[in-house]
Amino acid sequence: MNKKSFGSRIVAAPYIVWAAIFIVVPLVIMVYFALTDSNGAFTLANFAQIGKFKKAFGLSVLYAVIATIITLLLAYPMAYYMTKLKISSQRMIMMLIMLPMWMNFLIRTYSWITILANTGLINKFLSLFGIGPLQLINTPGAVILGMVYDFIPYMILPIYTAMSKIDNSLLEAASDLGSNSLSRIRRVIMPLSLPGVISGITMVFVPSVSTFYISQKLGGNKTLLIGDAIEYLFNTGPQYYNIASTLSLILMVLILISTLIMNKFGDDEEVVI
Amino acid sequence: MEKQNIIELKDIFVSFGEEKVLDGLNLAIRDKEFITLLGPSGCGKTTTLRIIAGFLDADSGEVVFEDKKINGVPSYKRQVNTIFQRYALFPHLNVYENVAFGLRVKKLKENEIKEIVTEMLHLVNLDGFEKRSISTLSGGQQQRVAIARAIANKPKVLLLDEPLAALDLKLRKDMQKELRRIQRQLGITFVFVTHDQEEALTMSDRVVVMNKGKIQQIGTPQDIYNEPENAFVADFIGESNILDGIMRDDFVAEFSGHVFDCLDKGFNKNENVDVVVRPEDVDIVPADKGMLKGVVTSVDFLGVHYEIIVDIGGFKWMIQTTDECFVGDNVGLYIEPDAIHIMKKSEYSGLYGDYSTYSEEMEHLSDIEPEDDDE
Repeated sequence: MNKKSFGSRIVAAPYIVWAAIFIVVPLVIMVYFALTDSNGAFTLANFAQIGKFKKAFGLSVLYAVIATIITLLLAYPMAYYMTKLKISSQRMIMMLIMLPMWMNFLIRTYSWITILANTGLINKFLSLFGIGPLQLINTPGAVILGMVYDFIPYMILPIYTAMSKIDNSLLEAASDLGSNSLSRIRRVIMPLSLPGVISGITMVFVPSVSTFYISQKLGGNKTLLIGDAIEYLFNTGPQYYNIASTLSLILMVLILISTLIMNKFGDDEEVVI
Repeated sequence: MEKQNIIELKDIFVSFGEEKVLDGLNLAIRDKEFITLLGPSGCGKTTTLRIIAGFLDADSGEVVFEDKKINGVPSYKRQVNTIFQRYALFPHLNVYENVAFGLRVKKLKENEIKEIVTEMLHLVNLDGFEKRSISTLSGGQQQRVAIARAIANKPKVLLLDEPLAALDLKLRKDMQKELRRIQRQLGITFVFVTHDQEEALTMSDRVVVMNKGKIQQIGTPQDIYNEPENAFVADFIGESNILDGIMRDDFVAEFSGHVFDCLDKGFNKNENVDVVVRPEDVDIVPADKGMLKGVVTSVDFLGVHYEIIVDIGGFKWMIQTTDECFVGDNVGLYIEPDAIHIMKKSEYSGLYGDYSTYSEEMEHLSDIEPEDDDE
């Protein structure tokens, strides 16, 4: 037993060292900055300033919630549809969903500029019919579109996985007991795919609420999200490290709380229904 | 009085790719009977059940329920319910909600649902289990929930797909009795699928023996055991010695180089037949008094009786006897006329019924076959 745990410790060692240097230490530094002033003295004054960023927080949460809901509404039927296909077609579609992820996320976001810009693909096409140019880029809609586009694979995959794990005999049993296809979806597929939905929501909401690149590139400078604020403060100079760290800390706590609520919700569902 | 048929399957063909799963199946199921589909795995018994349930459409043929053709009617509109092999209970629902599932779909009132669920759980001896989650139940308890869930809908026919296969022997015996009791109490038709011949014999009003997508024989357990139609049925149900024989005349059969009186008639003169003799129907007598003589080659003590193998001219007979014998003994076999059952030759002839591996000595047995093969 001891020998085994010693062996497994050696195997795990590189990751533990990695995690310590690049996860734990930065977190400690962040907490340190959040709780000190620019002279390094302990203070809670940073927290008093966050009121200035209320709007950015609110906007981030709002956009992330909207993007997550849209993603869920698109991904859920897609995942359901996939499970109904032949295995070979399922693999094919899975590949297509993963394909964009082989490209860098920044480049993918950037490519939307060429599509949405005033002289971009869509407006050029519309001008053929004498329409436009429409203001597509630098709008809240473009930001949410970017979020949905970038993060939808993280919604489809867990839901698809949860759905394909549902034993076909359960659906047969439901049908046997009088359920038509709609009733089967409502009474069997939805409750049993809930764990996938919850991890999908978490995996889309978290990066959406903290993103800064998407909003900068597709939202212009009209929409300041909390991610943008933090990035801006860090880039402006060391005197803003403290407040930026405080915002990061608060964002992290917010994400943590919402994740816990989601998981709690998931656990309860399984027992209650 | 002949009972009315509740389900009729007419000329059902089903293929999965190249493989013929059901090959022209015709079956009439009577109202309120306990009928068992029996056969080895891959014989098409589960496929037959799935066609009745509506999970599968036949390539051709008719499915008739109460004189109405129901091909293409989806399973959720059929008045049958199924108990699945691995129960297929809903893991996200507790015992109460599992049983209530079909009633909720039907949108019954809450107090009606409660009444029926309570009654069903009582029927399967699960009073007080309402709030339990499925994962905390034993295999036998899950089985009972599956039964309660299926019969809560008051189906006219209950389909059971090897429901006892996952239970241990003792529990299986209990559940066999239990299912029989429930069937009598509810007075509905049970269509039971199993590969366990003993289970089929003890539980059923009628047994349907299947192999290779075809029905081999339909009959009461007694018919199936005492009057098997071909070598497959004789071998699959219980133990049998199956020998090549010739019907010399009505009530006269020749096999193993000896002419026996028997009770069978209606065969052509000198027709080649298969002869079945059950191991428990053979008497061991001193060698000089036997109709057949042979040497004991193996003896197993099974408690109730000995199971001995006797080599007679290279054909190894299995005999169950309460007389003690020893390997190497010369013994005689005495066979009463009513112990002999004659069957027509079939595609299964020669495949079953000898308790030895093939040996050269067996060749001479074919000497008794006449030259002209009239089949």
